[in-house]
Amino acid sequence: MTDAPHVPVARRLLANRMFLAACVLCTGLAVCVLAVLIVSIVLDGVHRLSPDFITNFASRKPDLAGIRAPLVGSIWVCAICALTALPVGVGTAIYLEEFAKRGRLTEFIRINISNLSGVPSIVYGIIGLTAFSRFFGWRSGAEPIEFGSPESLLYLRLPFGSSVLAGGLTLALVVLPIVIVASQEAIRAVPNSLRQGALALGSTRWQMVWRITLPASLPMVMTGAILAMSRAIGEAAPILVLGAPLLVLETPANLMSEFTVLPMQIFNWAGRAKASFQEIAAAAIIVQLTVLMSFNALAILVRQRLQAPLQ
Amino acid sequence: MTTMTSTHTNPTTATTPGADAPISIRAAGFDGFYGSFQALKSISLDIPRNQVTAFIGPSGCGKSTFLRWMNRMNDTIASARASGTLTLDGEDILARSVDVVDLRRRVGMVFQRPNPFPKSIFDNVAFGPRLHWRHSRADLEDLVEQSLRSAALWNEVKDRLHASALGLSGGQQQRLCIARAIAGGPEVLLMDEPCSALDPKSTASVEDLIRQLRTAYTIVIVTHNMQQASRVSDRTAFFFEGSLIEAGQTETLFTNPKSKQTEDYVTGRFG
Repeated sequence: MTDAPHVPVARRLLANRMFLAACVLCTGLAVCVLAVLIVSIVLDGVHRLSPDFITNFASRKPDLAGIRAPLVGSIWVCAICALTALPVGVGTAIYLEEFAKRGRLTEFIRINISNLSGVPSIVYGIIGLTAFSRFFGWRSGAEPIEFGSPESLLYLRLPFGSSVLAGGLTLALVVLPIVIVASQEAIRAVPNSLRQGALALGSTRWQMVWRITLPASLPMVMTGAILAMSRAIGEAAPILVLGAPLLVLETPANLMSEFTVLPMQIFNWAGRAKASFQEIAAAAIIVQLTVLMSFNALAILVRQRLQAPLQ
Repeated sequence: MTTMTSTHTNPTTATTPGADAPISIRAAGFDGFYGSFQALKSISLDIPRNQVTAFIGPSGCGKSTFLRWMNRMNDTIASARASGTLTLDGEDILARSVDVVDLRRRVGMVFQRPNPFPKSIFDNVAFGPRLHWRHSRADLEDLVEQSLRSAALWNEVKDRLHASALGLSGGQQQRLCIARAIAGGPEVLLMDEPCSALDPKSTASVEDLIRQLRTAYTIVIVTHNMQQASRVSDRTAFFFEGSLIEAGQTETLFTNPKSKQTEDYVTGRFG
């Protein structure tokens, strides 16, 4: 063995350096593209940012137009999405990881949930339109059934039409697979020895989940949830399919209100010929990016805060 | 699933329960399976109350499997099943009707690797009591202190009860797990190689603790370490390939074993 010829050291060092250079180049490329994007948008739109831009409604005149309706609409839709997708998603993940018997059926469900996260969001838009906006054509043409008064926050009208509730539920469909998969991974990362310990002390499965597995996986679940929300807030396609109006001049008053969202408004303005509309589109993108980045920062913060006492 | 055979006597049983010590756990003709693999073959063994019984034998001989039947932890393994008799104070452990939650309160378990929950020291010890009773805060604090004292850990942690249990050393963590197991007020403590992940000093402290705890609890300990078995146990059972080869007073089993296999194992000729 010792007679085998040496691999020349210089050659190995050269290969090492070349690989490093390739990696740096790839990273640099990604960062450059992002930087160019952000810089060009900021240059286009930053002079349009003002308190009025945030508080004004959309207008035919770009100088007066603002993003009040889409910004508030995004918040409404995101809140509805979070309130529905998170409990359902985390619950599904708990069932699949902690209760479901391993078998062909659960394996089939598991694989399909992973596949669903790859389905284009416009498809979810069509599902949302069919299921939530039109209730599969139930009572089409007839007057909608009303519950409660329009002054109440929880005023309901069946079917939901292109209301903020239909929008939130549709986005919940979009992010549900993401929430489920992220939560499953979080739950799976909890060491089995903790489950055994809890069971051996006489926990029921539910007590084990509630007192041990969930608290231990919470930082990762929360991180996944926040990232899913940042996906939801950036979606335009499914909202477009729902038939949200292009010009909204009021903020939602209840679950049945008409609404629009930031990406829709950006899409609308960016498609216009006039340069000043391009500028306010860029300004809206800056707002959208700021919201996104604060979501991601929140995710990091939550992860660090919640994980700290465990170490 | 099983039948109560209190009159069951097995002529090959090597156990003669220590004098007239009352029996805590009794196995008779007990078979354990994982799928079609028979991990335990017709085990008949009496485990006397308030004594330390050690299970020894080479890896894969079934001693841990047997231990995990005593609190039905094998229920978590889909392919595991058992037949024969296994009783705690005369009550069938294997019956479908057994409330495993209550069984596990009565039969505590300490695992091979310390597995403290990522919670405070206090919350770890209070975990079992909180599952089973509604103690007042003061009672709970008393109970946690008593349990930590019994586990010889109180003096080391009394000033940081609300600090994370994960900050403790390995030996302290294992004693915390023992405190956690006894806080629920069990009759029996099962210990599955409780010192195998510990350094010699921590091992010594856990062994001391086991010797002290025998006055209050029936202890069954699985160990790979024959010196440990001889140091801490009153009675020893030697398992080999799923069968119970020999069981008896520890001293007798180590100095004057009846079976050639036992002799070979305890003298280090195999295993």
